[in-house]
Amino acid sequence: MQASSTALTNKDTAKKLGILPEEFDRIVEILGRTPNFTELSIFSVMWSEHCSYKNSITWLKTLPKKGAGMLAEAGEENAGLVDIGDGLACCFKIESHNHPSALEPYQGAATGVGGINRDIFTMGARPIAQLNSLRFGDPNLAKTKWLLKGVVKGIGDYGNAFGIPVLGGEVFFDECYNVNPLVNAMSVGIVKVGETASATSYGVGNPVYIVGSSTGKDGIHGATFASGDLTEESAKDLPAVQVGDPFQEKLLLEATLEVIKTGAIIGMQDMGAAGITCSTSEMSAKGKHGMNIWLDKVPTRQKGMQGWEILLSESQERMLMVVEKGREEEVELVFQKWDLYYAVIGEVTAGDRLKYYMNGELEADVPADDLVLGGGAPVYKREYTEPAYYQETMQFNIDSVKEPEDLVAVATFLTKHLNIASKRFVTEQYDSMVGTGNMSTNNPSDAGVIHVKGTNKAIAMTVDCNSRYVHADPEIGTAIAVTEAARNIVCSGGKPVAITNCLNFGNPYKPEVYWQFVGAIKGMGRACTALGTPVTGGNVSFYNQTVVGEESIPVFPTPTIGMIGLIENLENHTGIAFQNTGDKIYLIGSQQNDIACSEYLYSFHKVKLSPAPYFNLEEEMQIHESVAGLIANKIIQSAHDVSDGGLWIALLESAMVHNKGFNVELEEDIRLDAQLFGESQGRIVVSVSADKEPELIEWLALKEVAFSVLGEVSNQEISINGKSFGETASFKNLFDTALGNVMHA
Amino acid sequence: MSNQIKIGVVVFPGSNCDQDMVDALSIYENVNVFKLWHKSEDLNNADLIVLPGGFSYGDYLRSGAIARFSPIMKSVIDFAARGGFVFGVCNGFQILCESNLLPGALLHNNNHQFICKNTFIKAEGNATPITQSLKANKAYKIPIAHGEGRFYADEETLKQLNANQQIIFRYCSEEGEVGSTFNPNGAAENIAGVCNATKNVFGMMPHPERAANSLLGNTDGKEIIESLLKNLFGDLVERSAMIETHS
Repeated sequence: MQASSTALTNKDTAKKLGILPEEFDRIVEILGRTPNFTELSIFSVMWSEHCSYKNSITWLKTLPKKGAGMLAEAGEENAGLVDIGDGLACCFKIESHNHPSALEPYQGAATGVGGINRDIFTMGARPIAQLNSLRFGDPNLAKTKWLLKGVVKGIGDYGNAFGIPVLGGEVFFDECYNVNPLVNAMSVGIVKVGETASATSYGVGNPVYIVGSSTGKDGIHGATFASGDLTEESAKDLPAVQVGDPFQEKLLLEATLEVIKTGAIIGMQDMGAAGITCSTSEMSAKGKHGMNIWLDKVPTRQKGMQGWEILLSESQERMLMVVEKGREEEVELVFQKWDLYYAVIGEVTAGDRLKYYMNGELEADVPADDLVLGGGAPVYKREYTEPAYYQETMQFNIDSVKEPEDLVAVATFLTKHLNIASKRFVTEQYDSMVGTGNMSTNNPSDAGVIHVKGTNKAIAMTVDCNSRYVHADPEIGTAIAVTEAARNIVCSGGKPVAITNCLNFGNPYKPEVYWQFVGAIKGMGRACTALGTPVTGGNVSFYNQTVVGEESIPVFPTPTIGMIGLIENLENHTGIAFQNTGDKIYLIGSQQNDIACSEYLYSFHKVKLSPAPYFNLEEEMQIHESVAGLIANKIIQSAHDVSDGGLWIALLESAMVHNKGFNVELEEDIRLDAQLFGESQGRIVVSVSADKEPELIEWLALKEVAFSVLGEVSNQEISINGKSFGETASFKNLFDTALGNVMHA
Repeated sequence: MSNQIKIGVVVFPGSNCDQDMVDALSIYENVNVFKLWHKSEDLNNADLIVLPGGFSYGDYLRSGAIARFSPIMKSVIDFAARGGFVFGVCNGFQILCESNLLPGALLHNNNHQFICKNTFIKAEGNATPITQSLKANKAYKIPIAHGEGRFYADEETLKQLNANQQIIFRYCSEEGEVGSTFNPNGAAENIAGVCNATKNVFGMMPHPERAANSLLGNTDGKEIIESLLKNLFGDLVERSAMIETHS
């Protein structure tokens, strides 16, 4: 795209920049004149879905935002902030980098990690943990292997050098993600209450600094690129993908946290989507001031960059800071200490206009408030229609599936199925222990658990979404994602606190896709309200679909839930591992005659359409409460939730840690395959030493939750209803090596 | 308290295990641990210099290759030449090899991937302060986290290292067996750590400071750190209540 910065535009130019004709008319109305190319570019990125949430905000506003200890609500700052006591707050957020990763997996994923960590430290918090949620296509395709290896190396190389441990994540394969993988990255940080920085700007005459990397031509129009369908032509958009430099990010982190301590910072925001445009307009709108920005003062990587290129560049590792006038020297000393580039590129003005100058010439003059979400950015209510497949899922009947005679074969199949098998091929490429706070390395638990140094507390964290359930039933599937996240936190000894979400969907202009979105929001709202976990923000990624020929295929609707919980006492951290031979194994929650939507039904029987699995939110909440009590009263040895792969996988995972076996008896009046491999919700496997068994029974009876004794922990042998399934070690070998074997094949 | 053991932990731009090392060393009453900035040449009268893990200067070019030219390293090299004690972990080990304070080099792992996991290592004899107090037959569970950790030295150097008892740790199984199956990165002779000929400079790829806190369920690394400090400077006094820092 070559254009003169100040040439006047029309609806054709608007269309090329992804602006609708009615939006162009609105821009003309706001400015009272026809915008020039630079101005139109500014509107195009700020009004893109990525920055404006124009097609989602109506529904996002229905989500519960308030809760005890919320210090920054959704939309107020760059990330959510919750009080965790001891004068500390936890700052966390999840974000997608799907489109860049589809084209250039290494840099796409790396810059996703960089971006989400900047969102955390731009608030003054030091990141202490990261998670990621990844979805790829058919694992046997060469393209999938290329994408996976690139994404994982990108996340690893960036995060490892940056020095923040990866505490958990998901990797899921389905052919719906063949061309459009999902790369969602989450970061969690800690900040002292009252020492946070805000993304604001005020005080006429205060200087505006740019700090960090110099500005290049990478990532121009990245936000617009992320807000359109991924097509066969998208590879030509490669310059829209940014490149990352974790070393700069590390310096920027240290300098940012140090410069906040000077007290000379009015406000700051990192440069993510839409670069200087977004940070200047969002900070100005929040602080109700204007800015004069001198684009020629911005340090650039190459000569001859035009004004609009500098404005829209998404070069990484940059921050915009507004500094109290007269205290420039204090902050510059910090930047010098960390060998960072910096420059004063503007000043705060009265009024609400953003004026961008290039070599003294005014290139663009726009009102900040009209650019931003909650200001003048458009808001749409989209139509939605129930898709035809939804009724089809209801036709499924378990009786149509014959129970296999050889359940050992099913167990073996699931153990090495790549959606279930160990992800160590991936996770061992991430530094999970830097920071010496990861308590789940040597005591694996359902959620990742990190010690908050200097306190007796830990943060438990998890990312969850079974997108197959969400596809089957968006409302129930998303409620399950939230509830499973909470279950993971509870099993680890924590209390669920709040969530962040990453909403990955197809094209919102398709009513069937929008129906999925609306259902997901309803389900999320219901579960979050019931569980008392407010939504602190997150990110919407539409247009995750691939246009092949004439047909557009959306990915499974994937509303990834990132949840944090608080472990008030480090002693409460509870792992999944069976500890001692002879310990009793109990199931809390009830068995169901249900195999709907399970990996077993989908992959073993190849039944692609079925409803979401059994789910009862009220029942679940009682179960969570009862398990939290068992942990607080130190009654149980381990707790592990039943999820993908069913009870079989839950038992196996608990057994593998210390190479134990198990001997269990299941119920007679429910199909054995449903009990073992079904994924009905609301089940938790716990183990208890024989001397604590009476206390366990007494407690659960008091709590009036369904529970049953399954059997006991054995040495090595696995036995179910008297039938030997073999030894744990041989399943562990299959489980541990399956993914590496396919990726190396 | 007088007779404090003074330990300086060097912070390079890109170091990211510096605070972990400080935390692991701060649990002793008679240890005074402080950070040293890469732009300074002042070692602050430290008795022991520790080069921590991380990605100094981004590890661009080659791990540790740029760090060796920093102002602080000039002093560290002089200090080591005068017999001063220096201990490098992971990136610190790489920097020591690049600075020629330790023999050999650290190459890309043989699977060309970054590897982070618990490994087991075994002390090779007890001829050095860092191994002197360790149990001969114990496999110590110490995590690794590196992309370039494959120790390499030519045949002649390896022969000398063996002869001079300069090999301090080898990767092994949980039961203590040294064999190629238990070699995580393809290191020559399963070597996880070495020292110099005069036994005052030590380097290892695994991270003992990540296994030095019972909260994390592993204190094997604490034994290694304590062996080094105790045999260099005398008995350690652990603080009664753990004081932790948050930065």
